[in-house]
Amino acid sequence: MKELRHIITDELGIHARPAAHLVKRCSAYESEIMIGTPAKMVDAKRIMGVMGLGLKCGEEVTMTFNGPDADQAILDLQAFLKENL
Amino acid sequence: MKAYQGRGINNGIAFGAAFILKKAQHHIDDAPAQNPDGEWARFLAAKKEADNQLEALMEKTQRELGQDEAMIIDVQRMMLLDEDFDDAVRGIIYDGGHRAPYATNQAGTHFAAMFAAMDDDYMKARAVDVADLAGRLTQILLGVSTNLHLTAPSIIIAEDLTPSETLQMDKSKIRAFVIQQGSDTSHTAILARIMNIACIIQCDIPLDEAFSGQEMAVDGAAGICYLVADDATRANLLEKQKNDEANKQQLLEMKGLPTITADGRTVRLYSNIGSPDDIPYVLENDAEGIGLFRSEFLYLGRDSFPSEEEQFEAYQKVAQAMGDKQVIIRTLDIGADKQADYFKLDAEENPALGLRGIRICIERPDIFTTQLRAIYRASAFGNIAMMFPMIASVWEVQHCNQIAADVRSQLVNEGHTIGKVEIGIMIETPSAVMMADELAKEVDFFSVGTNDLTQYALAIDRQNNKLDRFYNPHHPAVMRMLGAIATAARNTGISAGICGEMAADTKVTKTLIDMGFDKLSVSPAYTLALRKVIREIG
Repeated sequence: MKELRHIITDELGIHARPAAHLVKRCSAYESEIMIGTPAKMVDAKRIMGVMGLGLKCGEEVTMTFNGPDADQAILDLQAFLKENL
Repeated sequence: MKAYQGRGINNGIAFGAAFILKKAQHHIDDAPAQNPDGEWARFLAAKKEADNQLEALMEKTQRELGQDEAMIIDVQRMMLLDEDFDDAVRGIIYDGGHRAPYATNQAGTHFAAMFAAMDDDYMKARAVDVADLAGRLTQILLGVSTNLHLTAPSIIIAEDLTPSETLQMDKSKIRAFVIQQGSDTSHTAILARIMNIACIIQCDIPLDEAFSGQEMAVDGAAGICYLVADDATRANLLEKQKNDEANKQQLLEMKGLPTITADGRTVRLYSNIGSPDDIPYVLENDAEGIGLFRSEFLYLGRDSFPSEEEQFEAYQKVAQAMGDKQVIIRTLDIGADKQADYFKLDAEENPALGLRGIRICIERPDIFTTQLRAIYRASAFGNIAMMFPMIASVWEVQHCNQIAADVRSQLVNEGHTIGKVEIGIMIETPSAVMMADELAKEVDFFSVGTNDLTQYALAIDRQNNKLDRFYNPHHPAVMRMLGAIATAARNTGISAGICGEMAADTKVTKTLIDMGFDKLSVSPAYTLALRKVIREIG
C-alpha cells in the first residue's frame, strides 16, 4: 500500500467542485483509493463521503493507494492535489 | 380544434404554448415492498432517467451560464452515481422492506442531514443539492413532473398553483393561467390580476401531457381556451385583442390625473403587491402608493427564515422605488392556506381559525422582531408604514405596539436613522369590527381585508367553490360591518381603507366612498379603471 500526504491550501477546503474532480480522477484507476485523516478514511471514489469529510484549509489530508496501478495513481493525484487544493 | 370552458376571471386574449404542470404529489407511503428486487430495479431506472435530465440541464447551463455553473449540476450527477447513496437506498429497500420512493426520500433526507450538520456553511448549503437530487428521483419514481422552466411564451395549465410554484416561474414568459380548480380569490387569480393576464379557473381541461407545447389560445373574458384554434376562431380572437387594446388606450388617458370624485372628494388610490418584482406594474399604472405589500412572499418558496438583511433589502428596494409615496407593509401573514415547512407549524383541523397572522408573531417574537427591525431600518429610505393582520383583540394591538416601540428605540440606540412609520391594523375579523372604536384609539389607520372579513362573517370558506351559491360579496351583513368600521375611524380621526378584492369592485365604489373610506388599494392592473369610475362619481 502506498500513501501520500498533502496540506490543503485552498481557502474553501475540499468543496464540491474539487471533490468532484478528485473523485473523477480516482475513479479512473483500478486501485482501491482511500482519502481522509487518520481518524476517518473514506473511499475516494465516492463523492458523498469525500465531501462529508469536510476537510478545511490548513488540514492535512492522507490518501492511500492499493492495487495494480497504484504507482501511476499516486503520481497523478499528487499533481492534482498540488494544483487544485 | 378543442375548446374547454371554465370561469374567466381576468379579461384578455392570450396566445402561447401549452405548458402542462402536473401537481407534485408529496404523498410517499411507507407501505412494505412486495418485491424488493422490483423496487431496486425501479430505483435504478429512475437513476438513469435522472442522469439523463441532469445531463441535459448541465449542457444547457454550460451553454447559457458557463462552466462554473454547470459544475454545480455535475456535482449533483456525481452524487446521483455515488455508491454510498445506492447503499443507503438498497439498505432501506432490502433490510427495511420499503418501496423505492420511500427509500429514495429517506436516503436523501439522511445525506442532506449529514451535510446540514457539518460545521462549515459552504458544506451545510450542499444539503440543498442532495435534497434537490432526491426530490428529482422521487418525482421520477412517482411519475410527477414539476418542471417549472418555461422556454417559450406559455399558457400554464395545472390543477392549481401554489405560491412557491408561481414564484419559481419566469413571469415574463407566462401569457395566461388555465387551472382546473381555484376561485376568485385563490393565489393564481390574484397573481393573474397583478400581472394583468388572462386567467381561467375551474376549467374542464384535462392535464394531458400530449398537449404540451401545442399552440393554445385563451379568451379570458369568455372563460374559454382553444387548443390549436382554427383560422376563424383565431381571427375572431385577434379582433377582440385589438378592441382590448383600444380600451386600454382609453384608460391610459387616466394616467397622471388626480383621483377625485366629480363632487370633490379625494381618494387615495393604492396598489396591492406581493414582491418587489411587482413594482413596475405599480408605477406603470400610476398608483399613488402601496396599500398592501404582502411580506409573506419573502418567507415562502424557501427552506429557512429570511434574514433581517434580506428583508431589509426587499423593503428598501420598494421604499426607494416608490419615493415619497406611502408603502404599507403588512407584517407576516402566514398560516391557513399559506405555509412553509420550516415554520414547523402543527397541522390544524381548522387553519382558518388557527395559529396564523399576528398570532404567530405574538407566539414567536423572534420572527416578529426580525421583521420589525428590517421594516424600521428600511423606513429611512422612503415613506413606510406597517400594519398587523388578523387582529381580534385590543390587547394584541397594544402588545404589538409595545414590541414595535422597543424595536424602534433599540435601533435608535444602535445609531440607525428611522422614518415616521405609521402603524395600522387589518380589520378582517368580526371581532375587530365590533371593537373598532376601541381599536381606532391604538393605531394610525385601518385597512379592511374584505376577503377574510367576508369569509369569517358569512362562515363561508373562500376556497370552496361548492359554496359559490351562498357567497354574496355584497351581503348586507358585510356592508353594515364596513359602514361601522368607517364610522369608527371617522369618529376617532384616523384613516380607513380597503385592500381586499372589494376595493376593485366598481359596483360598490360609490357606496364605500360614501361610507367614508378614503383609501382603496387594488391590484395594479385595476388602478386606472378604478380612477375612471371614481372621477365620474357625484
